[in-house]
Amino acid sequence: MWKVIIRRILIMIPQLFILSLLVFLLAKMMPGDPFSGLIGPNTDPKQIAALREAAGLNDPWWQQYIHWISNAAHGDLGMSYTMKQPVSTLIGSRMVNTFWLSLLAMILTYALAIPMAISAARHEGSLWDRILLIYNSVTFGIPAYVVYLLFIFIFGFTLGLFPTGGTVDPNVSGFFPTLINKIYHMILPAITMALLGTTAIFTYLRSGILDEQTQDYVKTARAKGVSEDHVFTRHILRNALLPIAANFGFVITGLLGGAIFAETIFGYPGLGKLFITAITGRDYSVITALILLNGFLALLGALLSDIIMAIVDPRIRIE
Amino acid sequence: MVGDDLLNAKKVTVSFLINGEWQTGIYDVDLDIAHGEVLALVGESGSGKSTFATSVIGLHNKKQTHVTGSITLDGQELIDLPDAEENRVRGEKIGMIFQDPLAALNPLMKIGQQIQETLDIHDVYQKDQYHARVIELLDEVGIVNPERTAKQYPHELSGGMRQRVMIALAIANDPDLIIADEPTTALDTTIQAQILDVLLEIRDRKETGILLITHDLGVVAEVADSVAVMYAGQIVEKASVQELFEHPLHPYTRSLLRSNPEVDREDDELYVIPGTVPALSEMDHHKDLFLQRVPWMQDEADVDIPDELVEARPNHFVRGTAWRTFEFPDQKG
Repeated sequence: MWKVIIRRILIMIPQLFILSLLVFLLAKMMPGDPFSGLIGPNTDPKQIAALREAAGLNDPWWQQYIHWISNAAHGDLGMSYTMKQPVSTLIGSRMVNTFWLSLLAMILTYALAIPMAISAARHEGSLWDRILLIYNSVTFGIPAYVVYLLFIFIFGFTLGLFPTGGTVDPNVSGFFPTLINKIYHMILPAITMALLGTTAIFTYLRSGILDEQTQDYVKTARAKGVSEDHVFTRHILRNALLPIAANFGFVITGLLGGAIFAETIFGYPGLGKLFITAITGRDYSVITALILLNGFLALLGALLSDIIMAIVDPRIRIE
Repeated sequence: MVGDDLLNAKKVTVSFLINGEWQTGIYDVDLDIAHGEVLALVGESGSGKSTFATSVIGLHNKKQTHVTGSITLDGQELIDLPDAEENRVRGEKIGMIFQDPLAALNPLMKIGQQIQETLDIHDVYQKDQYHARVIELLDEVGIVNPERTAKQYPHELSGGMRQRVMIALAIANDPDLIIADEPTTALDTTIQAQILDVLLEIRDRKETGILLITHDLGVVAEVADSVAVMYAGQIVEKASVQELFEHPLHPYTRSLLRSNPEVDREDDELYVIPGTVPALSEMDHHKDLFLQRVPWMQDEADVDIPDELVEARPNHFVRGTAWRTFEFPDQKG
């Protein structure tokens, strides 16, 4: 298996190259550049032109690309044009915030979706099943930002139960108070994300259970005298959880990607919010770095999912 | 003891809830199996043979299926058993073997674990004997390297080995009755013979009764002691194997035997029974339903006949009256 993993990692290199090229060109094709917004009535166009020249924006695109990618390979993702900080520093600090928020949201999502799927499948066709199906279609279909805004308005603004933005209050000090305050800031966005994020897991698991319980091996288990409860937990549920386990590779790498809507609306300084800020500010170096990061995470997630699948399902051996 | 009654089914009727209506799937089935007897239940698809087997072990969907009559195993009534008692009977008194062994084994559990699970539920063997018992069982069903097989997953075994494992599972707690639902249908011919040998060997050694469900008359001739022929949810003929093959009476049995290919027969064409088993909603169990499919006997198809089978020859029971006059057109005088 190790050979396969190493080979898969090597294959990621050309994939990343193509991705980086695409990302770079797409960013270049966006209208405007970091200096466009600076042109006011009192700005000397010559000064802007000089700045452009100094930033290398007038070089041929392939020169800019080689320059960028060789630096990126050394961990230097360039400077943010608008935030005047190294991109790696920007991403590093936001990534920690994003990771904790996404982790909490992920735990809550599984904690909601798995019991929902089990209870829906066990009472297939009942009113409860239908309610859960409708709930999951609605939360999947509704634009997330509408719900985020509504929740901020109700629980943050009107009821005042939760803060409406940020990661920590400025006047908090000490390790534990800070930790608790940080979690307090994460609860509302995390719960909202979880409430809206159950659909995939719910649907996979519910239909997985319904599928598995018609299989012959379930009949065999009953014919052996296994009690209904154990037939469900040891046979049906365990086998229905396989696709959920496989999907976990994507989920766990996705934790670092950032939640664009949630972070932006909840004013939570993570990678998702950084991404939106960078796009509106035409901050190429940040945009390209973030897309590259997400592409890398997706490739890694696929690999991780394959490895998990090979571990939990004896029928699958990657060779 | 061999010959003593093991399973007695009396007037077993099974109905299913289909689109809000109860429809009769099998009607008034009487069957007996003695200790050490192999009874073959034959019939084409849809005749109700698997339904009968399912009701014996209680594997039917209880919300949508209704079983009446009486099925006793060694005197114990099996219909409407409480869940806990039913779970005890399954796997301890009755073992079941299914048609497709790959589908019937849990793909994520090692063979050893799957056998151990049934040992664990029933307290026939002590915990410290489990491993030895698993190996012993695999050895008994003819697995060459039981230690290795116990650690393998179903997909790593061949079809024949999987069915051997299924048999090992079914006999793990020395049941009195084995229900084998088309156990050889998914296997190729040479493996079929081996699997049947394994079953017969177990019968000989432990005096287990076997309810063998099949549509393969070759299998019946090879292993069964007696045969019950089922059509549209009813038994149409019952006799010992030799008697039935030598003196088939009911038109359905005779059609089945005639449509069975045999190497040494010189027919130009294989006989084909026209039509199919009627839908549940169209079954009038007071008539001889097979006659609907006999174009030259339509007059008799509408006649009501008694529920009871008649003993046409010693220990040879047949349903209705059509067997007295039935003849294939090409064989008529």
